[in-house]
Amino acid sequence: MSEPSASSSRMTVEQAGDVTIVELKDRKILEEMSIMQIGEQLNAMVAQADIPKIIIDFTHVAHMSSSALGILITLHKRVREKHGQLRLCCIQSAIYEIFVITRLNEIFSISQSRTEALGDLA
Amino acid sequence: MAATVSQLNSLEQGYRVADALLDQLQARGYSEVTVFAVRLAVEEALNNAIRHGNRLDPEKKAELVYEVTDECVDIRVSDEGPGFDFHQVPDPTLDENLDKPTGRGLMLMRAYMDVVEYNDKGNELHMVKFNK
Repeated sequence: MSEPSASSSRMTVEQAGDVTIVELKDRKILEEMSIMQIGEQLNAMVAQADIPKIIIDFTHVAHMSSSALGILITLHKRVREKHGQLRLCCIQSAIYEIFVITRLNEIFSISQSRTEALGDLA
Repeated sequence: MAATVSQLNSLEQGYRVADALLDQLQARGYSEVTVFAVRLAVEEALNNAIRHGNRLDPEKKAELVYEVTDECVDIRVSDEGPGFDFHQVPDPTLDENLDKPTGRGLMLMRAYMDVVEYNDKGNELHMVKFNK
């Protein structure tokens, strides 16, 4: 069962055991400031965890920019450096197409649902 | 319809103008897929012009010019920066570039728009998306 944790205007954060589930709240991850804030919060989570296990839920995300992809790539590297795991889930088809066009679907582990992502991290 | 010309000195201002452009597309019945594509491309173009070209200098202006017809949307974004050699931008889909956090903006514009071209200096972008 997941428990709510620290949240912000840009995301809600829950813990499910040793897995941190981040649900992005912005419909449009386009503006530089929001991207930076999201990046800072996610990187702080990774820094605080011994072995980070993080799921990022994209249910509400309808638009994304290449800068947001950059934040995710940096996050992915930092998680990997700590031998952790990062899963993205619930990505709308139009957003998923961006991952495919950029071949980033080959870098990130992407799940259809939060349940599937949790199962992968178990 | 006459072109809409906007002088921009911030990204926030640019995004507001972009919203007005997208409203016109929707008003003319452009599909959701097309509106999504144009939004993505325009946001990338504004980012390139204002953040990279003008280095976020509020003293420098970027310009967004667009014209929407039933057939297509024609967009020009220019900045006061030094330009760049768009032929030298590395392909971000190459294996060795996949884990680099930057360098995807131009590629995404080309993927989502029907025409993407720069002037020789690299500080004026022209894009077209046809209403399909």
